Amino acid sequence: MKLTRRTLLQSTAASVALAGASLPSFAAGIEELVIAYNVNLPSWDPTVGPSAVNPTIQGIYQSVFDLFIPQNPDLSFGSGILTGYGWNEDKTKIWMDVREGVTWHNGDPLTPEDVAWSLERAGNPETGNPIQFIWGKIGNYAIEGNRVTADVLAYEPTIFKWMSFLTGYILPKTYYESVGADGFESAPVGTGPYIVEKFERNAFVRLKANENYWGGAPEFKSVTIKFVTDAASRVAEVESGNAHVTLEMPYEEFDRLKEKSGIMGTAAPVSDIGMIFINDVDVMKDANVRMAMAHAIDKQLIIDRLLSGYGVAIDTLQTPDYSAYDASIKVAYDPEKAKELLAASGYGPDNPVKFTIQTTRGFKPKDYEIIQAIVGLWRRVGIEAEIEVYEIAKHYELRAADTLAPAAFYNWGNSIGDPTTSTGFAMFGPSPHSVWDGEDLMQKILPLWGEADEAKRIDGWKEVDRFIAANALVIPLLQYVQPILHSDQIKVVPHASGALLPHLMTRA
Amino acid sequence: MQILRRMIARLAATAVTLVGVAVIVFVVIRVVPGNPIAMMLPPGATDADIQRLQELYGLDKSIPEQFLIWAGGVLQGDFGTSISLRQPVSELVLGRLPATLELSVMALVIAVALGGAMALTATLYRGTRVEGAIDVTGGMALSVPDFLWGLVLILLFGVLWPLFHISGRVSPSLGFEFQSNFYLWESFVRLRFDVWADIVAHMFMPALALAIPLAAIISQLLKQSLKETMHLDYVTLARTKGYSETSIITREALPNAILPTLTLVGVQFTFLIGGTVIVERLFSYEGLGNMAIDAVINRDLPLIQGIVILFALIFTVVNLVVDMTYAALNPRLRHA
Repeated sequence: MKLTRRTLLQSTAASVALAGASLPSFAAGIEELVIAYNVNLPSWDPTVGPSAVNPTIQGIYQSVFDLFIPQNPDLSFGSGILTGYGWNEDKTKIWMDVREGVTWHNGDPLTPEDVAWSLERAGNPETGNPIQFIWGKIGNYAIEGNRVTADVLAYEPTIFKWMSFLTGYILPKTYYESVGADGFESAPVGTGPYIVEKFERNAFVRLKANENYWGGAPEFKSVTIKFVTDAASRVAEVESGNAHVTLEMPYEEFDRLKEKSGIMGTAAPVSDIGMIFINDVDVMKDANVRMAMAHAIDKQLIIDRLLSGYGVAIDTLQTPDYSAYDASIKVAYDPEKAKELLAASGYGPDNPVKFTIQTTRGFKPKDYEIIQAIVGLWRRVGIEAEIEVYEIAKHYELRAADTLAPAAFYNWGNSIGDPTTSTGFAMFGPSPHSVWDGEDLMQKILPLWGEADEAKRIDGWKEVDRFIAANALVIPLLQYVQPILHSDQIKVVPHASGALLPHLMTRA
Repeated sequence: MQILRRMIARLAATAVTLVGVAVIVFVVIRVVPGNPIAMMLPPGATDADIQRLQELYGLDKSIPEQFLIWAGGVLQGDFGTSISLRQPVSELVLGRLPATLELSVMALVIAVALGGAMALTATLYRGTRVEGAIDVTGGMALSVPDFLWGLVLILLFGVLWPLFHISGRVSPSLGFEFQSNFYLWESFVRLRFDVWADIVAHMFMPALALAIPLAAIISQLLKQSLKETMHLDYVTLARTKGYSETSIITREALPNAILPTLTLVGVQFTFLIGGTVIVERLFSYEGLGNMAIDAVINRDLPLIQGIVILFALIFTVVNLVVDMTYAALNPRLRHA
């Protein structure tokens, strides 16, 4: 073809028209589901590196890979690649039955060897699995038929719950060993409901339905997940019809857009809470001060005024859907009691107790504003807190070094809902994530790590939570609600873990 | 000969600059708060786990030791491995560079076209309301930062009149296999104008957001230069010969008035590349800037180093090219 100025101009005009026409529209029937996702996907191996413990991207991983044990939208545990599992009588061994007839995306059959290899690899410190400290507690795998057994090297009551959590994914032994880590990164293979068709880092991943999925082929045969990290752009994507589903936007925008024609809003609580860490330094050693801080906060008011009502007030680190939730543990909003407590320690509005509170700004919805409001409420009773804003990276560093300010705002996710992964790791002194080092609390928690009697274990954690609330060793604030905007032609099933799962989406 | 000597001197200065930047960046990102290991610690990590991770990423050594290891690798072309993306830094950074370069060049082209047109029009209609209107428009364009222009453009051309794509660099559904990372250039060379148009539809808004403030600067400077030139004798002579005003401005005044603008464009181009960081993020454009933000959030030290070194290299090279071009175009410098 001879390229002339005229043909070039004609082609360009036609191309521009074509490009414009390629924009998705709400009006047309949705063939290809487009999701504007709030974070980038750094790596395709869901078991190693920092991304493996990033709760936000687990939804993408779960679209491509299967967890050993899947979690239902209400956080209950389902039957998946492992159709059955359990302990032997004296809890020195575990057993797992592997589903038959499952195939990897490359057509290879899934075998019990894949399950054993995935667990063994996860427990090997050299692979860099961040949850190795859990997976390393089982070993010496044996396979008989479709049953995998393993020795319990150190008793871990939550081992099966972790199989639904971070890094609990099954990877293909033969394929991974043949292509290596780099090959797997460029062409990941799982058994999940979607197959990776094309991946442009920081831009999008295009998925096609796994028609052989053991749980049934997903309804949308083609899904594009665009990584749109800016909330304003995500909202614009849905508003313009460029995307059919998006999540995590300011609640005001959510309320505005869900009223628009063609757009619907879904908001459901997720397993992510906001809390104030208390470091046992300076004035925080005074129980009266801590309890006054807790009683002076009107959590519901903050939720209503700052989060447009999207949140659930909590008084322990357990949300209502966690296994150790105890509705009877309450910390009432009582400013008069707060004043009395402060007065008992010689403080009051004219002689306020002073300390620093750290917070992120923009990391979680209205985080800074929430702390501003709390500081305002505290001021009324005789607490003068100075706000220090820090980046989330600094929070992690300070927390690991146990050098957080006397009070520090943070959020905590715990999609398996076990008390060890909320109260346990947040409040057990030796944990790098805890800044409360009190010996009495440590002694209460210590025996619970290895408690084999499940009912006794859960009751024990409830007692710990009661002790923490009574002494205000941490101030739980709220359970977050995840806003999802979507086309009215799509039915979205929110997952309480916060994972946005395209295979749970259907045509309305 | 003079130009060659200047070039050698500038190249030597460039090398010193890059070493300085490398040292500063290396030290600064290690002393500022935020430890990548702390960010990836599992809930039950023990001191041994922390030590193991620090050893794995080479962070257990002193900063001078870490620098020497890194510098040794750089001399062999190895910029290390990204902590968050687990890929070689050089591969990642060079893979993203074309996207940012294409965006920056497109923004520059738009800025020059817009700014040039505004300057020429204002000069042609100097002293009239048209010039006043252009001045006001230029003032507005300059006083609003590029990312705010980005939001305005998203609202206008992404939501109200959805003419352009809001995010990304190319439509996922396009199904075109690129052989290079220069998507715009490659699609044009391979005569795939549908792909080319799709890429332009993605790039237009971020490029325009970057271009608007620069266009205002170009317009103001070029207009000023043109106005000064319009009073010179040779312009008066051209006018007495009966040349049209348009012809006088474009053929007689512009070639002489453009030199200061050219220098400015070169300098501003480096700032424009720096400006891509926020704009790329806003439009989820898969360039270096977008990756830089993720690297900072994740405290991905090797990646931050790689990106900053590359930005520094671009800045120095662009400045070098501008200097050389200026010298080549300006006879006074060429023969000095």
